[in-house]
Amino acid sequence: MTETIPALRAEQSAGSAGVPTISMIGTRAMLFEAPGEFTLGCQRRIWALMDACADRPDIAEVMPGVTNLMLIFSTPPENPEDMAAWLRKAWNTLPEKHIKGRLFEVGVRYGGELGSDLQRVAEHCGMSPHEVIALHQAPRYTVCALGSVPGFGYLHGLDPRLETPRKSVPSLKMLAGTVTIGGPQAGISALTGPNGWNSIGFTDLVMFDPQRDPPALFDVGDQIRFYAESIEL
Amino acid sequence: MITVLETGVLNTVQDAGRFGYRHLGVSTSGVMDPVALRCGNALLGNAPDAACIEVQTFPFKVRFDKDISLVVTGAQGVLTMGGRKILPWTVVTARTGDVLTLERPVIGARMYLCVWGGIDVPVVLGSRSTQLRGGFGGYLGRPLEVDDEIAGTGGCVPDGFGAIPPSEGLVGACAEEKEKTVTLRAIPATDYALFTEEAQARFWSTSWQITAQSNRLGYRLKGSALMLKHPIELRSYGVIPGLIQVPPAGEPIVQMADANTAGGYPRIATVIEADLWRLAQARIGSFVRLQRCDHAAGLEAMEDVEKYLKSIRENSALYRKSFIRRDAGQTGKKS
Repeated sequence: MTETIPALRAEQSAGSAGVPTISMIGTRAMLFEAPGEFTLGCQRRIWALMDACADRPDIAEVMPGVTNLMLIFSTPPENPEDMAAWLRKAWNTLPEKHIKGRLFEVGVRYGGELGSDLQRVAEHCGMSPHEVIALHQAPRYTVCALGSVPGFGYLHGLDPRLETPRKSVPSLKMLAGTVTIGGPQAGISALTGPNGWNSIGFTDLVMFDPQRDPPALFDVGDQIRFYAESIEL
Repeated sequence: MITVLETGVLNTVQDAGRFGYRHLGVSTSGVMDPVALRCGNALLGNAPDAACIEVQTFPFKVRFDKDISLVVTGAQGVLTMGGRKILPWTVVTARTGDVLTLERPVIGARMYLCVWGGIDVPVVLGSRSTQLRGGFGGYLGRPLEVDDEIAGTGGCVPDGFGAIPPSEGLVGACAEEKEKTVTLRAIPATDYALFTEEAQARFWSTSWQITAQSNRLGYRLKGSALMLKHPIELRSYGVIPGLIQVPPAGEPIVQMADANTAGGYPRIATVIEADLWRLAQARIGSFVRLQRCDHAAGLEAMEDVEKYLKSIRENSALYRKSFIRRDAGQTGKKS
């Protein structure tokens, strides 16, 4: 028996030494994880790698994550190490892919019943709810990847001063369209259901509709700016 | 038309799965036991990914308003049609008005009702599978309810022949399984080396019990706590069925057909594709053991599954052909 995984896994040095981590998820999927911080530059290199992989006939699906990329093979490789070597080379040579995404101006009804954690976020961050709203509206967020549930966008750009831990007891039925903060990330919930992120507001946007083409509202590379439609404290 | 007369919760229309929309956050869905679906479709001469009804709560009772050939595969239990017992893994033909009842299985967890031509619901995003969380696909995007009327094309093929079930026709990790324990082969995954040596050893040696919080999304196992050498925060990454994640409490979750497409918990291993159907048929309260295997062994196991299904497909095709020839011969004599 050969030890495929330890051979593939660029041991613990990954992250600090600038070496990507490549591992198999069963025989059918491979995961590429970029080293270093979560920056837009890093994500743009992931997008470039995603395009290069999508062109390969042996890859059925590519799925970008946050500074990582999962590949699902149409036919599992006999020797995953060959694929890993190709990925490392592509990573080191491909230029960043800049996507000229659309800009979404998202109107938010901050606070109130559908943004009931606004106060909690303000207390945690040591500022007033109005300051939270101002900081939340300031940046342009970038959709790095879609995932978890249909149409949910992983956003880059939250002001680190707004970082707030997820709730230890999740809301049992958070509505789709709830504007949230979970740890260092901002989001808009895409499905109604249990959710541990902090709700600070609500938008009427529908993130996913299977009858729409394309079904997901956002695409990777799109930009989002929030503005206040109303504030209820 | 197939009318649902009696059903429990969470019985759904499923096919081989929804592919190509994972990058939008749409999970695979599809049957939990793909070998049972493909076997049923092979026996009927259907496309391999034709849709069926996945039954996981019992009893389940339907009435057919047209003659139609069908096969029930998956878990073992009493099947009755038109007041008579019928055989599983075997092509039978329902006559107009016949009522088919699937009783609670004795062995296994999920049964598959495959009909000639497949269950006919609209294709949404490339698949007829029900996406329960998204509320689309399958029958109106929801589980089946009493009085639902499901379109089936109706039609008959030669019947009276069947397949050896995969539990007998396929060799698993363990030739002789202990009662109530299923052995699954798994390949170490991304974060395996981040677990303590003790956790790694325990992962392979524990008899894990399947908890009641196990469903189409995932199987939660209990039996031991698997600890990391150091706590770690991971960025969201892609998830596929079979991946075993370990949340902070230390008890593993095996991701299944309806699993979210992305996750953030440490990954210890992945159950190989060839063994996932065994887990889909393992019941709540029963036990799972994980046996380490490598990439080559994982590929070989999948080849065995393909060979098994190929032989069923070929033999069924031969049987249908010979039946038609025999039929034609008889017609010839009469004239």
